[in-house]
Amino acid sequence: MQKLSKITGTAVAVPRSDIDTDQIIPAAWLKRVERTGFADALFEAWRKDPGFPLNQPGADQARVLVAGPNFGCGSSREHAVWALQDFGFQAVVAPGFADIFRGNAISAGLVPAQVTAAAADQLADALAADPAAQVVVDVAERTVSIASARIAVPFELADFAQWRLLEGLDDIGLTLRHEQEISSFETQRAPWLPVVMPTAAN
Amino acid sequence: MTARLFDKVWDRHVVATPADGPALLYIDLHLIHEVTSPQAFEGLELAGRKVRRPDLTVATMDHDTPTIAIDKPIADPLAATQVDRLRRNCAAHGITLHALGSREQGIVHVIGPQLGLTQPGMTVVCGDSHTSTHGAFGALAFGIGTTQVEHVLATQTLRQVKPAAMAVTVQGELPAACTAKDLVLAIIRTLGVGGGAGSVIEYRGAAISALSMEGRMTVCNMSIEGGARAGLIAPDDTTFGYLEGRAHSPKGAMWERALDDWRTLATDEGAAFDSEVFVDAAAVRPAVTWGTNPAQSVSIDDTVPDPAVLGTPAERQAAQRALTYMGLTPGTPIRDIFVDTVFIGSCTNGRLEDLRAAAEVVRGRKVHQGVRALVVPGSARVRAEAEAEGLDRHFTEAGFEWRYAGCSMCLAMNGDTVGPGQRCASTSNRNFEGRQGPGGRTHLVSPAVAAATAVAGHFSTPGEL
Repeated sequence: MQKLSKITGTAVAVPRSDIDTDQIIPAAWLKRVERTGFADALFEAWRKDPGFPLNQPGADQARVLVAGPNFGCGSSREHAVWALQDFGFQAVVAPGFADIFRGNAISAGLVPAQVTAAAADQLADALAADPAAQVVVDVAERTVSIASARIAVPFELADFAQWRLLEGLDDIGLTLRHEQEISSFETQRAPWLPVVMPTAAN
Repeated sequence: MTARLFDKVWDRHVVATPADGPALLYIDLHLIHEVTSPQAFEGLELAGRKVRRPDLTVATMDHDTPTIAIDKPIADPLAATQVDRLRRNCAAHGITLHALGSREQGIVHVIGPQLGLTQPGMTVVCGDSHTSTHGAFGALAFGIGTTQVEHVLATQTLRQVKPAAMAVTVQGELPAACTAKDLVLAIIRTLGVGGGAGSVIEYRGAAISALSMEGRMTVCNMSIEGGARAGLIAPDDTTFGYLEGRAHSPKGAMWERALDDWRTLATDEGAAFDSEVFVDAAAVRPAVTWGTNPAQSVSIDDTVPDPAVLGTPAERQAAQRALTYMGLTPGTPIRDIFVDTVFIGSCTNGRLEDLRAAAEVVRGRKVHQGVRALVVPGSARVRAEAEAEGLDRHFTEAGFEWRYAGCSMCLAMNGDTVGPGQRCASTSNRNFEGRQGPGGRTHLVSPAVAAATAVAGHFSTPGEL
């Protein structure tokens, strides 16, 4: 996974609350078996409106999405994160994320930067005034800033998540360091717990 | 020291508490399906890893499988590829697969409990947010993304920050005309669509204890619609009665041992929760959603709300957007809203009890002219059991389509869709924009209200027919 320490670029604001993953990527796109190629899927229905922020000039160059509270609620589809990344986003700044989306974002290397509602409004207002403003999401410092608008606000990101994003670490590799503990745990599981006889592997 | 049910289940699964981060939690059951697993298997194979515990992994096909002509090849090439990929992955890794057409195929959250795979005190995960359904058994069950699916395949564990514990206490007794669906919609209305974020909910109180296992699954299923990580209910005699004799339930002396353990799985007297919400069951009424998230519901006796009277500017704006999308005018009585489609099914309300309730309403009646009505059983077994009771005939004689099992119109991946601008009374769990098809308008209701609405053509309760 790519290391992410500082994301610099333009941003797009979609200041709506409770943006669900069905809006981020409609289910019809989930039939694909690949992990990439979802850029056109992102906000597919909303993008039919020419006035939608992602249709504005320069939006395809944006690196940061600013959104309303409870971003990514609904389905667990990680495709929502992949679609945001395929479009070019490396961070989403919002006053709150749905739990599964946040986990998926951290897994896949998209920064879920949680700011206060007031800060999100401030950022959205600054972007409305100057859509070309450069936004910096600093993962190491946990700040979002727009220097031209003299905004610099902190964001919340758990230490472990921050470390993983900064280092571009693979969770499975980290977990396999605990192989012995897993194996020893497995010898002590309750005897009635269900096991399903595996079929012969090819 | 007192502990909550959630702590007890959590603690017995902690494999390690690494200094560098969240706890490593052992996963007792990993359910997989065709849509969120292909990229996980690909990642696993690229890294040269194996499935650690195929014997704790069970697969089914449900999300984009057809519900008609299931003996024929899948017409949609993308869905066909995805289903083939699951078949190949399960064969290559020795994972049991309940394939389309087999006796135990069905929606992943219907088949787990049905097979006795979901038991009290377990951890259950699946690449699907409605995994919270399994919490009805006192299991800790939650949805995960595809990267985490790969992690569980490789390690049978997950790294998890422990969520907060919220109690939702439902006192009193549900009115006779109300169901678990009406109750959970009332709970979500109280919590808000993000109110449970960061929490695992324990549902408790007299009205919860009085629910059947099917009803408890309906409640826990929609925990995610209130933003919660999971929802669970302490196991009791209702739970044990449901589990006894199921294919994977413990047998003989092992059943007795399991029961002794399961009876300890309750929140201790005096244990405190991080937050607590109270709901009065007696005040619950048959619910209908009017908006584009599951918290936006009212009683069927009410009218479409006026956004102007709602709390915050953000809520007013969201409500206005929702009403525009839904094509509704404030002040319209809910009963005066006509529907084009009725969908009975999904992991929320596709079990035998749900189909019985709906069949009882439509028996001897006809679907209203111009209304398209579908029943999609939650599993092949539910379908067979319903047919053994003759429920399919009540439905088909009334004019319903009687389909094969799957997720179907709940998320509209398999070609079962609500058309643009069309209005659907649906027993599913999400009324998001476009959820049942681009431009489709979804109103979430209980099976009884869905059935009555199919007959009346507009929102209705069985008592009014």
